[in-house]
Amino acid sequence: MASYITKSPWIIHYDGSSCNGCDIEVLACLTPMYDVERFGIINTGNPKHADIFLVTGSVNEQNIPVVKQIYDQMPNPKVVVAIGICATSGGIFRECYNIVGGVDQVVPVDVFVPGCAARPEAIIDGVVKGLGVLAEKQAALAKGVRDAEVPGAYKYEEAAEETAEAAAEEIAEEAPEAAAEKAAEERKEEEAV
Amino acid sequence: MFNFYGDDISAFQIISLILYVVLAPFAGGLIAGIDRKVTARMQGRVGPPVLQPFYDVGKLLQKEAVTVGRGAQDFYVMCCLIFMIIAGAFFFFGFNLLMVVFTLTTASIFLVVAGYSSNSPYAQIGAERELLQMMSYEPMVLLTAVGLFMVNGSFNVENIIGNEVFSLKFLPGIFIGYLFIITIKLRKSPFDLSMSHHAHQELVKGLTTEFSGKTLAALEISHWYENIFLLGFIFLFFANGTWYMAVIGIAAVVVCYFLEILIDNGYARMKWQFTLKSAWIMTLIFGGANIFVLYYLRGYLWLAA
Ligand code: SF4
Repeated sequence: MASYITKSPWIIHYDGSSCNGCDIEVLACLTPMYDVERFGIINTGNPKHADIFLVTGSVNEQNIPVVKQIYDQMPNPKVVVAIGICATSGGIFRECYNIVGGVDQVVPVDVFVPGCAARPEAIIDGVVKGLGVLAEKQAALAKGVRDAEVPGAYKYEEAAEETAEAAAEEIAEEAPEAAAEKAAEERKEEEAV
Repeated sequence: MFNFYGDDISAFQIISLILYVVLAPFAGGLIAGIDRKVTARMQGRVGPPVLQPFYDVGKLLQKEAVTVGRGAQDFYVMCCLIFMIIAGAFFFFGFNLLMVVFTLTTASIFLVVAGYSSNSPYAQIGAERELLQMMSYEPMVLLTAVGLFMVNGSFNVENIIGNEVFSLKFLPGIFIGYLFIITIKLRKSPFDLSMSHHAHQELVKGLTTEFSGKTLAALEISHWYENIFLLGFIFLFFANGTWYMAVIGIAAVVVCYFLEILIDNGYARMKWQFTLKSAWIMTLIFGGANIFVLYYLRGYLWLAA
């Protein structure tokens, strides 16, 4: 059977912690100037209808579950395209306290589109590259192979768990000292009254 | 040929029935494709290929099946498709117009139930809006059937087409009213409340938010079937048994559909309150007045026919 997926890729666009530069460029692709509907591309805004997941901006602590949720809700075959240098590696926000890094820290990414901001031409190019991957995955799905879990794709999650555990242990160790200090302070306050 | 409670069934009826069931999805898909192309041109874009709706449905059929609610929603959507085909089959078989209308309503109700069954807030609000939309257009659809009956003396599509009366002459109000509510039925702006063809609305994809893959494809195909016989209603206003009026009827269908695309592109969405009020006001003023006048001219009409 012929594969129609490359002729009708529907998109969902999610803005991680982008500066909105890349988002504007994604939306520019829909305008009469670039008109991606020529290729049958529709911006659905609904993960259940989408084939391609466009992420702009880096991932931060708060939107990890959101990105995962969207990814998990998309029916196979599906492709993730990271748009802009932020979505690729964290970009200029990389050093921020809340930034985890690129999208590949949370979900497996198939295509990286460089640029700050990524130009509409580059974005369209990236999506078209994603179509090739989509066709491959479609063929694999026809044989019963689901999207393979990319090794290391969820490494951040494990790392975060380890950090959290370590932090919990530290707190537990410090606990007796902290309790004694607090009691001392309370006593001081009482004396002052 | 054989008898169907007293009515002779002609070979023509059976052929048109088979042609409908086989060809309507293709014609409906093609109309949807042309619709998207024309829409794109109106917006100064190139637009997708005319066959794009077929690619979309082909792709949806190949996607992994993801169902919410233990398969119930798939069942309801399939029921919607089947009843939609049956409603159109009644129409093209030349059967009773009221039967067509009520079967169509049944199909729509199954769609609403499918929306409710998913437990998603988007789909549920979409389903509620779909009910409001049904409430808005249903009176006018019934009046259309009644008007055509008063002029042609029969509810049977076969007799309406065969009758020598040029129905539009006596039903201008009904025709305008029907054109108004068909905007709701074709899911065009400003009345595409429950689900939109266009992305990024406040309800995501409304009623269809939780449908994916084959279910969504089935829904799309049921829309194609639906659109074909909804446009067939327009044809009924023109048909009087002659070939040249049949040609004019088809031309009228094309013009009306173009008007719908124009309206779709010219208006933003309205609230459901506006939809309900405006549809009922149009129904009362154009449909009601037309029926009222016909009621008093009835004797004259039936003599003429
Ligand atoms: S890559 Fe540049 S333009 Fe895009 S989100 Fe990051 S900072 Fe903004």
